[in-house]
Amino acid sequence: MLAFIFKRLLQSVVVMMTVALIAFALFRYVGDPINNMVGQDTTLEERAELKERLGLNDPFMIQFYRFVRDASVGEFGLSYQHRRPVKELIAERLPATLELALVSAILALAIGIPMGVYTALKRYGFLSRTFMTISLVGVSLPTFLIGILLILFFGVILRWLPTFGRGDVVEIGWWTSGFLTASGLKSLIMPSITLALFQMTLIMRLVRAEMLEVLRADFIKFARARGLPTRAVHFRHALKNTLVPVITITGLQLGSIIAFAIITESVFQWPGMGLLFIQAIGEVDIPVMAAYLVLIAFFFVVINMVVDILYFVVDPRLRVDKALVNGQ
Amino acid sequence: MTENKNPITLFDYLGRVRDSDLWFSFTRSPVIVTSACVTLIYLIVTIFAPIIAPHDPFDLASIDLLDASLPPFWMVSGEIRFILGTDDQGRDVLSTIIYGSRISLFVGFASVIFSLVLGVSLGLISGYVGGRLDAFIMRVADVQLSFPAILIALLVDGLARTLLPREHHDEVALYVLVFAIGISGWVQYARTVRGQTLVEKGKEYVQAARIIGIRKWTILLRHILPNVTGPVLVIATIHLAIAIITEATLSFLGVGVPPTTPSLGTLIRIGNDFLFSGEWWITIFPGVALVLLVLSVNLLGDWLRDALNPKLR
Repeated sequence: MLAFIFKRLLQSVVVMMTVALIAFALFRYVGDPINNMVGQDTTLEERAELKERLGLNDPFMIQFYRFVRDASVGEFGLSYQHRRPVKELIAERLPATLELALVSAILALAIGIPMGVYTALKRYGFLSRTFMTISLVGVSLPTFLIGILLILFFGVILRWLPTFGRGDVVEIGWWTSGFLTASGLKSLIMPSITLALFQMTLIMRLVRAEMLEVLRADFIKFARARGLPTRAVHFRHALKNTLVPVITITGLQLGSIIAFAIITESVFQWPGMGLLFIQAIGEVDIPVMAAYLVLIAFFFVVINMVVDILYFVVDPRLRVDKALVNGQ
Repeated sequence: MTENKNPITLFDYLGRVRDSDLWFSFTRSPVIVTSACVTLIYLIVTIFAPIIAPHDPFDLASIDLLDASLPPFWMVSGEIRFILGTDDQGRDVLSTIIYGSRISLFVGFASVIFSLVLGVSLGLISGYVGGRLDAFIMRVADVQLSFPAILIALLVDGLARTLLPREHHDEVALYVLVFAIGISGWVQYARTVRGQTLVEKGKEYVQAARIIGIRKWTILLRHILPNVTGPVLVIATIHLAIAIITEATLSFLGVGVPPTTPSLGTLIRIGNDFLFSGEWWITIFPGVALVLLVLSVNLLGDWLRDALNPKLR
């Protein structure tokens, strides 16, 4: 177990270092840091002096070390476009993305799991078939199109819901929350549904497949033979055993929710990190791009590692197998 | 070369197709026949776009600004000349969709081929050579697999754009896109092919080939490769749908195909601005075209996966 975690940790560090290297190369060699700091009339001598002072003449490894050191405390310099520290920009945008991702994840789980259980239990029911067909259409519908359709119906035709932005937000320290105002909650509805829909169909299909497999297992037959009520068999025995892969996949999907938030944020002009990143690509705002790159990689690495370790914690079978192998 | 001794005529070949299990399961499902027809129609229409499209949306001489923002023909001020209406510049929506599908399909196919060639080669090498190279390739694949493909495509695309000078963006955007989507999809191919190669490698015909002194690369390409194509075909079909969605998404985000040669995603992006002024057709029709295409390809892929899976027969 410990060896596994250590190996996993090492791999994560290698991934982070690779991403940091890409971000650094982008930062140092694609964008000219000097050009973005000084005006047109700066003389060559002044430029050279600035270059020396900023340590841009130092060996590669030393510069890279400095970049990693700064990045680990969130220091990525000034945004070319906004002329403000990237750290501040990201801190401003982070709450918007995280709130959106959180609501979507809860939505996807709260609707996806019951739908999956239902379609597995009533395999040939009319409603199950409808769910399955809808889920196939859902997979074929690109996220941004779902957003556009929602905007068209609920924003343009019915005029029920706001179509862009976060509405009014309340500041709690450095965090801004849309949960506490009516307009904030209303603004959250369409983006979170858009973001949740794909994950929802995924979770539904996964729960269904797992449930069908577990229902065929011997211990379910045995539980039935013992005369346990169907409810208990389905929910206490079958569902419990399907949840292990569901937990891990959901954990992994948390990362993709943050990634897919780029699209949703772009459709709804949601002022989160994704929108910041897309605008940064358009404007070739390299410090912001580098920061986003490192941050998103960090999210993924942490999520994947936690999920991998959870796998061992949640599923006792894996632990027993390992112990047996080690004991022999 | 058995073909030379015993030539198979087209007629024989069609007979063999008709008697195959694949054809049988194909004709049994009306949904699959429909989606195959839809896909075929898309292919034909887009290949012959200049002949079939009612207008040339890129011919400035034929565009009249007086025709701008006309609704589809069944609505009050619609005209029969423009069946699905016109956009803000007076371009026929149906024609832009046809040309747009052409770009979407081109990027889709090109990036699938790119992924396929890259993934299959790496998979074959990884499986056949083994050792450190295998470990390295598979480690990279693992890491890449833990990120969503669309994010990889977006990042690669974003990076490539930063590296290229701005004034050349539009010219190379299409190829950058193919590269980005292609890079984001090779892992599935490599993993599958590696697994298959490991299985085939141990079989007797490969050993026999080795014993009679056939070179490594010949064995790989002439003997092992043909035996791993089944699963690759299935992945490629499903991947095509994903590639088309990815292209549309990137174009919608404004980092894909430029507006001068719009794909379906670009059209939806352009039309999105007119949604609020009630001109829904500019964005909804390209959207419908996209969903129809992706859905048909997805259904075909699902069917192919089941039909080629011996366990489900």
